Amino acid sequence: MSEEYKVKVEHLTKYFGDLHVLDDVSFNIKKGEFLCVVGPTGCGKTTFLNLLTRIYMPTRGELYIDGEPADPKRHNLSVVFQEPSAMPWLTVEKNLRFGMEIKKLPKEEIDRRVENMIKLLGLEEFRDRYPHQLSVSTAQRIIIGRAFAMQPDLLLMDEPYGQMDIKLRFYLEDEVIRLWKEMGTTVVFITHNIEEAVYLAERVLILTNKPAKIREEVKVDLPRPRKVSDPEFIKIRNHVTEQIRWW
Amino acid sequence: MSMDKKKQVILSLKNISQSFVVKDEVKPAVENVSLDVYDNEFLVVLGPGHCGKTVLMNVIAGIEKPIEGQIFLKGEEIHGNDRRIGMVFQSLNLMPWRTVMGNVEFGLELAGMEKKKRRAIAQKYIDLVRLTGFEHSYPHELSGGMKQRVGIARAYTNNPEILIMDEPFGALDAQTRYAMEEEVLRIWKEEKRTVIFVTNNIEEAVFLADRVILLSNCPAKVKQVYDLSPLGRPRDLMDPEFLRFRTEISDNTDLAL
Repeated sequence: MSEEYKVKVEHLTKYFGDLHVLDDVSFNIKKGEFLCVVGPTGCGKTTFLNLLTRIYMPTRGELYIDGEPADPKRHNLSVVFQEPSAMPWLTVEKNLRFGMEIKKLPKEEIDRRVENMIKLLGLEEFRDRYPHQLSVSTAQRIIIGRAFAMQPDLLLMDEPYGQMDIKLRFYLEDEVIRLWKEMGTTVVFITHNIEEAVYLAERVLILTNKPAKIREEVKVDLPRPRKVSDPEFIKIRNHVTEQIRWW
Repeated sequence: MSMDKKKQVILSLKNISQSFVVKDEVKPAVENVSLDVYDNEFLVVLGPGHCGKTVLMNVIAGIEKPIEGQIFLKGEEIHGNDRRIGMVFQSLNLMPWRTVMGNVEFGLELAGMEKKKRRAIAQKYIDLVRLTGFEHSYPHELSGGMKQRVGIARAYTNNPEILIMDEPFGALDAQTRYAMEEEVLRIWKEEKRTVIFVTNNIEEAVFLADRVILLSNCPAKVKQVYDLSPLGRPRDLMDPEFLRFRTEISDNTDLAL
């Protein structure tokens, strides 16, 4: 039964001092599922990811990956952070190699995956540049490539496309869907952008304001590729928007 | 001239070209851009990531000198920085050791205006951007959206006729961004100026603009001009006509990898 779920979240509660961020949150993520988490600004979405990766420890409750308490050292997971987090002293190519070298993958395999990512993300002309020589959106592509190259079975993405123009966003969104389908990765994608959530997710988890609880789960079973101007799409987007109601 | 008052040209670019240098190599950033900006219109300059939008704005603001072309403000050619053109930057460059008031009044202080007078002007625009009560806060105490409000107030305080906003909301989260888009329209209605707003976000462009100038991938050329006045105001992001414009512009936008 633990095989069915990639992630189980049980009674997850987090306080930072007096600040109550997550309030008794429980849900499961199926193996191979694409889950988007949306919620008002500052509601605790990033805190949830930071608990899953053990950057923080929960105040109460627990997170399980493959039936075991979450442990980034044991589980094969990758994180794409919101802020640019490419290593400034490494070139684009060396940034892409970094994680795989730590994991001691064979050189040929690293070469193959790096070339694939460079091609996929259009980084050819930037291969020998350093992050500070790149635009923000280009630098962010290194982070995405670095995460994909690890071929994780759990991919955590925290608002990765916030800085990008929409054409590039749709391109990379389609890319993440392609990789998800090809590799059977379980993806948890956090975003403020409701259109993006409805475009990507099989299921959208809507969080309330702090202290965050689950307000609603919305299943999105529209065929892919999805069209943002499709009336069914708009219906779901409107519904999710109303549930968040930040204005 | 018997021109309609609403369609008076305030700023005119003629055949602007500009290059930049990377590693001893000259790369064209802007190529032969000509366009007219109308008085008090909300003009959005839209283009893919790093296509040369900021270079073009720096040229208009006189921060960079173009290698070719001319700029006319109210029919007169201008060279370099002109006080009638103000700018809100993407990275705001607020001075961290100065309060909100200190940042907003800075331009007037430099211009040598006496304290009481410049405070009154700065206060007016702090109120306009709804930061009343935060005059004595420092930038690090403010949220991203509030910092952008300071940037807008600071630009307004110098009383420019043309306000350039270079991707002011690029670093904000989607919800704050929607709120700030509505705010910038409210501010524009209350204190009409000619606004040139730069973005790579098509939805934002269609929400804000009277007209959209679509630029091509680098080097930036004018690809197409869209008149969005048929949409009226206020606009609904999920209105079919709104989405139709969005799709049309999106299909015509270059993908910049």
